[in-house]
Amino acid sequence: MDGLSLGAGVRATARIVATPDGLPVLAGEGPLALRRTRATGEHHRVTVVGAMSAPLGGDRIAIEAEVRDGARLTVDSAAATIALPGRTGEPAHYDVRLSVGSGGELHWLPEQLISARGSDLRMRTRVELAADARLVLREEQILGRHGEEPGTLATRLTVHRAGRPLLDQALAYGPGAPGGWNGSAVLGGHRAVGQLLVVDPELADKPVEARLLGESAVLTPLAGPAFLVTALAPDARLLRRVLDDIGTAQRDFMPRLSVR
Amino acid sequence: MSRAALLVLADGRFPAGGHAHSGGVEPAVKAGRVHGAASLAEFCRGRLHTAGLVSASLAAAAVLGLDPLALDEAADARTPSPALRATARKLGRQMMRAARAAWPSASLDALAVARPRGAHQPVVLGLAARAGGLSASDAAHCVAYETVSGPATAAVRLLSLDPFDATRVLAGLAPELDVVAERAVRAAVSATAEGLDALPAASAPLLDVMAEAHAAWPVRLFAS
Repeated sequence: MDGLSLGAGVRATARIVATPDGLPVLAGEGPLALRRTRATGEHHRVTVVGAMSAPLGGDRIAIEAEVRDGARLTVDSAAATIALPGRTGEPAHYDVRLSVGSGGELHWLPEQLISARGSDLRMRTRVELAADARLVLREEQILGRHGEEPGTLATRLTVHRAGRPLLDQALAYGPGAPGGWNGSAVLGGHRAVGQLLVVDPELADKPVEARLLGESAVLTPLAGPAFLVTALAPDARLLRRVLDDIGTAQRDFMPRLSVR
Repeated sequence: MSRAALLVLADGRFPAGGHAHSGGVEPAVKAGRVHGAASLAEFCRGRLHTAGLVSASLAAAAVLGLDPLALDEAADARTPSPALRATARKLGRQMMRAARAAWPSASLDALAVARPRGAHQPVVLGLAARAGGLSASDAAHCVAYETVSGPATAAVRLLSLDPFDATRVLAGLAPELDVVAERAVRAAVSATAEGLDALPAASAPLLDVMAEAHAAWPVRLFAS
């Protein structure tokens, strides 16, 4: 790993640019390696592989993906990301910056983010969408490896559509979070929490209705052409089952945006 | 600055309709998640640091003169549950009626015209506080307190909780209320320079899930 100065963590930014014709920019850096995993058709696919699976305290890593007008891109990852403690006690920062141009479509489907004991990760995801862009975005946070207490995890997802705010959600858990995060208003003892966001201009004409998905998950239409699934589960496997189920149901009413 | 105006605005008898809402504690009681003073305190603490912080910052930002319609939009983006958006607007409409009676002002009139079905309640409360000569900190305290006093009062009825226990819960949260109100004001001040993304967006997944479940109940004691 690059040791820029004593005590400093890794600094790395990976960049992806997708156009209808290809991927003119596919640039990993440091521990962030990118692989083109499907080159056929108009729908490009990139998999994030490698040691990004472990941001340590003090690291500052970032991924930028730009989907230009009319392009279609899926980004997934080869493995879960595990936040681990660093040597300095400093937090790690992980920034994700996504943009989708007119008529473009992005499926952002990374594996889970696992907050290991003693870690401290600040994750910031910003998405800028054109008015007619489409997005499927999944986030899953797991509090601790099996049977482990979680570290401190603070995430924020901010989505703008046509320059206006569409969704802004911050979550904070673990010993460094404000009180009450494990109480019955926030997590209620669940150890896995996930969100699936779907933005599609077609939802303006045929909005979905709010519905419960079991006892601890809900699908809610946002105040724009989008819906959000918010799910809580005891563990990562059960959480993924809920989000996969809604992905399957979604294929029925929105075939264009089927997950994967 | 008027200290007495804050008492009027924060009074539980201020006719803004808040008494009909449980702040999400009714479904939490039904699910067995809130069953006594300790679990009520954890519920209130979680709501305070999430929905409470966000609402307090919206109110503080309105006092500082940020565009109420932009704040209303920011509130929508921070409220994925349509049941909670509807509740916030319904309470905003009732707050508007009471606020215009108490502290008539052009800014309240303008928002009432622009959002005839109601703006998000904290935005209306912020404008009311401003019209009443109150500070951003006053409005943030008022909203943060409502975030926990609503569930605590509702729990007394829902659980037959001893009112002294409910009051002890609220008093115990007072230092954290100050911290949250202070954070809310700092964020609102930042937002005047950096834009509304500087306002907090803390979310509470279970409150969102339970709000939608509760809205579908055929019979309930509280509106939300």
